[in-house]
Amino acid sequence: MSQNSIVDGNFLADMNRNKLFNIRLSHIVKPLCVSSVGILFFLIIWQSAANRIETSLGQFPGPMQVWEQSLNLVDDYQREREREAAFYVRQSERNAERLAENPDTEIRERMYTGQATFPGQIVTSLYTVGFGFFLASIIAIPLGIICGLSENFYIAINPIIQIFKPVSPLAWLPLVTMMVSALYVSDDPMFDKSFLNSAFTVALCSLWPTVINTTLGVASIDRDLINVSRVIQLSTWKHVQKIVLPSAVPVIFTGLRLSLATGWMVLIAAEMLAQNPGLGKFIWDEFQNGSSDSLGRIMVAVVVIGFIGFLLDQMMLALQRRFSWDKQTIVR
Amino acid sequence: MQKFLELSNIGIEFSTDSGVYRALTDVVLKIDQGEFITLIGHSGCGKSTVLNIVAGLLQATEGGVILSGREVTSPGPDRAVVFQNHALLPWMTVYENVELAVKQVFKGSKSKIEIEQWSMHNLELVHMQHVHYKMPHELSGGMKQRVGIARCLAMQPKVLLMDEPFGALDALTRAHLQDSLMEIQKDLNNTVIMITHDVDEAVLLSDRIVMMTNGPAATIGEVAVVDLPRPRDRVQLADDPHYTQIRQQVLSFLYDKQKLPSISPKSQQQDNSVKIAAPKVA
Ligand SMILES: Nc1ncnc2c1ncn2[C@@H]1O[C@H](COP(=O)(O)OP(=O)(O)O)[C@@H](O)[C@H]1O
Ligand SMILES: [Mg+2]
Repeated sequence: MSQNSIVDGNFLADMNRNKLFNIRLSHIVKPLCVSSVGILFFLIIWQSAANRIETSLGQFPGPMQVWEQSLNLVDDYQREREREAAFYVRQSERNAERLAENPDTEIRERMYTGQATFPGQIVTSLYTVGFGFFLASIIAIPLGIICGLSENFYIAINPIIQIFKPVSPLAWLPLVTMMVSALYVSDDPMFDKSFLNSAFTVALCSLWPTVINTTLGVASIDRDLINVSRVIQLSTWKHVQKIVLPSAVPVIFTGLRLSLATGWMVLIAAEMLAQNPGLGKFIWDEFQNGSSDSLGRIMVAVVVIGFIGFLLDQMMLALQRRFSWDKQTIVR
Repeated sequence: MQKFLELSNIGIEFSTDSGVYRALTDVVLKIDQGEFITLIGHSGCGKSTVLNIVAGLLQATEGGVILSGREVTSPGPDRAVVFQNHALLPWMTVYENVELAVKQVFKGSKSKIEIEQWSMHNLELVHMQHVHYKMPHELSGGMKQRVGIARCLAMQPKVLLMDEPFGALDALTRAHLQDSLMEIQKDLNNTVIMITHDVDEAVLLSDRIVMMTNGPAATIGEVAVVDLPRPRDRVQLADDPHYTQIRQQVLSFLYDKQKLPSISPKSQQQDNSVKIAAPKVA
């Protein structure tokens, strides 16, 4: 009798485990299948539509052409790397020769200045958006905190925020360019001017979501927590550090995510218009090239821009998960 | 002779969208050191307002509060407040929540080790030392409230102010916390002002029950002295005729003399209306 029930128990447990496993598997497999089907359909429709569209630069790129061009871009990159390596080899050989002739010659190491490659443009863009976003954050978070703490300050500054918020990066760009060339004069500049132009434009445009969300987060702190702070008489600085900031962190992160997404979008436009290095310039150059491969290459850039945007957002989400105490209201 | 804590002719007006609202008039109360006072009254009558004025979180329009000879003008740790919803900082552990208050109140006068010991000691008082490493969201409602009480006790306040501290808890948990509170108060002889909407709780815990009239312009209607001997035991008290009599006095004040406030949109919003306890059969 007791033997029986043990067996039954094990059997039940096994069955449950199997069921659980199946449920978990179906949670992963099902969405994967469904989205694969979705993507496949999209690719088919894209290809067949692309086949029908003739432009002055040839056929509109479909998935096949995009694939081809991305392989080409990787080839270009590798060729460029080989050239670079060859350059350095030649340089060191030449230097060695010169040293052999005359041991007192001053050896100059030159940097290789080849063509910008596609991966190189990606790195430049990431670097620029990172810097612009960083600038925006260190201005926006403190500004938002002050706005959230002081209603009067908020009322004073809100109209300005509301007016600057909808301004397109293209409107800022000429002003930023002129400002940078007027104010950033140095013989040995740490940054390129074009880099600063893009970064400042990104910063100006990605400021607002963080300002607005930080303000919201700070202004909506639980009244009880503020009262606790008043009862134990925290100084203003401690109050911000111990109560305000941690309490607003989840909302601040929501703002930062929006800011980074905005910044990434703005960056491409800024690079295109201002001829700053980066993915935007890559697209513009290809467009100006007007070869039969150009549209395919531009489409590669479009897909890559999309992927990077997605990855940046996932990165922010991971950071938010890591630093936010509020595990319940994590957004997707 | 001046009392330990005096509320002298307190009145307060709030400016609202629909004009000035007078919440309190002429609230007079004198409290001895070590006394346990409960405030009871219908929801929305102004109990929290009285407590917040004593805490210094609100400024009275007329009159004022005098605590051991000094007028109260701003909040401070000598008037610690236990809030209805624990008000623990959700990003700090139980220990850190208490420690934050201890550090702030005793900075300069306690060493690092003393701060640590004192924080743990106060968690022990409420039997929460074993969860010191947990985050508030990992605790039950009753446990959170215990930690909130520990944080206040750790400030060594002159007066402990409690705004419906057990209102959100189930009956059994509430009974446990009431017992703990009585025990602590016996040992530390704290002066306590506590708001409750539970008549039994009021009679069990208090030295005096202060009953408030309905607003607007609420004030103190009656004061019942609870001269039941301590320590009190809830089971024995149930049969005590004197206990029943005091309970009756409070109930008749609330339901005969003060009636429930007529249903207006404002009072509908308040969910914590006075509990109507079924009369116990002795
Ligand atoms: N800051 C405020 N502004 C306007 N009215 C308020 C404010 N605080 C409280 N009141 C009003 O004062 C009355 C008493 O409130 P409260 O003290 O919270 O009541 P209780 O705690 O007894 O339920 C209520 O009618 C409430 O609407
Ligand atoms: Mg209240």
